[in-house]
Amino acid sequence: MRGATLALGGRVLWRDLDLDVRPGELIAVLGSNGSGKTSLLRTILGEFRLATGEATFLGQPVRRGSRHIGYVPQQGLSDVGVSLRGRDLVGLGLVGHRWGPGLPSRRRRRIIDDLLREVGASEYADVPVGLLSGGEQQRLRVAQALASNPWLLLCDEPLASLDLRRQAEVVDLIDQERRARGFAVLLVTHDVNPVLEIVDRVLYLGNERFRIGPPDEVLRSEVLSDLYEAPVEVVRAGGRILVAGTPEHPHHDKSHGQ
Amino acid sequence: MSTWLSQLFNFADYGQLFTLLINSVIAGAILGILGGLVASFVMQRDLAFAVHGISELSFAGGAAGLLFGIGVVPGALGGSLLAAAIIGIFGAQARRRNSVIGVIMPFGLGLGILFLSLYPGRTANKFGLLTGQIVAVDDPKLGALMVISLIVAIGLLAIWRPLTFASLDPDVAEARGVPARFLSLAFMILLGLTVAVSVQIVGSLLVLAILVTPAAAAMRLTHSPTRVALLSMGFAFVSLVGGILLALGSSIPISPYVTTISFLIYLIASGVGALRATSHTRFKVHPGHGEPHYEGDGHDSVTHEDHVDHLHDGHKHLQHGEHVHEH
Repeated sequence: MRGATLALGGRVLWRDLDLDVRPGELIAVLGSNGSGKTSLLRTILGEFRLATGEATFLGQPVRRGSRHIGYVPQQGLSDVGVSLRGRDLVGLGLVGHRWGPGLPSRRRRRIIDDLLREVGASEYADVPVGLLSGGEQQRLRVAQALASNPWLLLCDEPLASLDLRRQAEVVDLIDQERRARGFAVLLVTHDVNPVLEIVDRVLYLGNERFRIGPPDEVLRSEVLSDLYEAPVEVVRAGGRILVAGTPEHPHHDKSHGQ
Repeated sequence: MSTWLSQLFNFADYGQLFTLLINSVIAGAILGILGGLVASFVMQRDLAFAVHGISELSFAGGAAGLLFGIGVVPGALGGSLLAAAIIGIFGAQARRRNSVIGVIMPFGLGLGILFLSLYPGRTANKFGLLTGQIVAVDDPKLGALMVISLIVAIGLLAIWRPLTFASLDPDVAEARGVPARFLSLAFMILLGLTVAVSVQIVGSLLVLAILVTPAAAAMRLTHSPTRVALLSMGFAFVSLVGGILLALGSSIPISPYVTTISFLIYLIASGVGALRATSHTRFKVHPGHGEPHYEGDGHDSVTHEDHVDHLHDGHKHLQHGEHVHEH
């Protein structure tokens, strides 16, 4: 992204954003509610148009429906209830965008089985997704995203509503897959700690601006205070990083970005 | 009692009646297969109320066709398509959609009753639109039903996968560039066509028995979208053809037969589904087993007290990763 500015509903979320994502790199996208983290992912998916600047992917301007971008959404799968099994979800990631009914195919079934095995979801491939735990649903989500052989994986709060143990498992899975397959990852999260071990850089959005760099360079009191133009304190305790005092956006409307 | 029964079931001269009413049986068979297929998408997209709304406007259209001499089929088609377009355009969000339907449905029903009251013909024809009638299917009508059904079937097959994607997993479908808005409108139009056909056979009040119940029953038995569609087609077929065959000799409209069979299938499917759930993995969580177990999480799987109970029931628990299997 070069000089990218996104405005939604008349409000600027971020301005003049320069971001290069290299193959195999994992970047955590941080920032308070309404700072435009989810909107950044949706811009890359071609769903929002930039006010200024440009966003390109593999040398082409971003567009809707790119085969090479995988997406793990924030939304859980409980709403889907019992009308879809894990293997159907992965199948949708593989061929759901194609027209026609799709005849049963042994080859496709094998691809789906391989993906399910790869993420360790074979055991519950035939269970309705609505009955699975949050961690199991996330594994299926990752398998679904891998089905399109992505060069870039976008994850929106993949760890929300998981307990610590499950968080660590999902983080491990994403890390393993990107190392094995070499794709880059943009991972939106409100808490950097579960991914601190594996991130290459963090992108911190706030106050219409941004800071990017290795966690040690960005997650510092003086850097974030400068970003927000207000006192922000970054505390390191017990191997965890806590950010205190980030101002919430006063006119934030949930429907804009989150 | 015996007069009731002979009204309900009368198989005298059955062979002759069957030959006379073969058109209805064929129409029922086609509609069963088509309706069951559409029903599985109605359930996926949570459109049961929309089906009801469209069928009332289809009734109004059919009544208008009767009154103004345009014909019932074109009238019902017009009403259906108008309702489907209104719901499709103004009701993108579920909540908004329900209020749109709630507003147009009584209006359509009222209009239909008005047109019927003004119609000077026989009353038996009139109520056929509401409750369905068996003698209604002549050759031109059967031809029209076949053509419309063919259009719907081809349309549905063409949008099958993206429609499933957009219905069940809208966020990822959107990210993958699936045209959700186009699919939503396209499906509403196909639904409108199907409703217009159904109204001719089962009547507008009971269209739900064809376009909702069979898929609801199928969903109690399987969790695969493809199998739901296939089972739903079978159930709707049995309900319609069975209902028509039972109704042939009686003086009663066909809809009670169709709806009763449809409902019985649902009851049986629910029963089978519930039975399976008790003996199957995962669908039932025992008290104390809601949380899966992990090594070193403080639970000892061997000496777990609940385990002993369930071994008495003749099955054991196996742990795989995050969850508990029952065998």
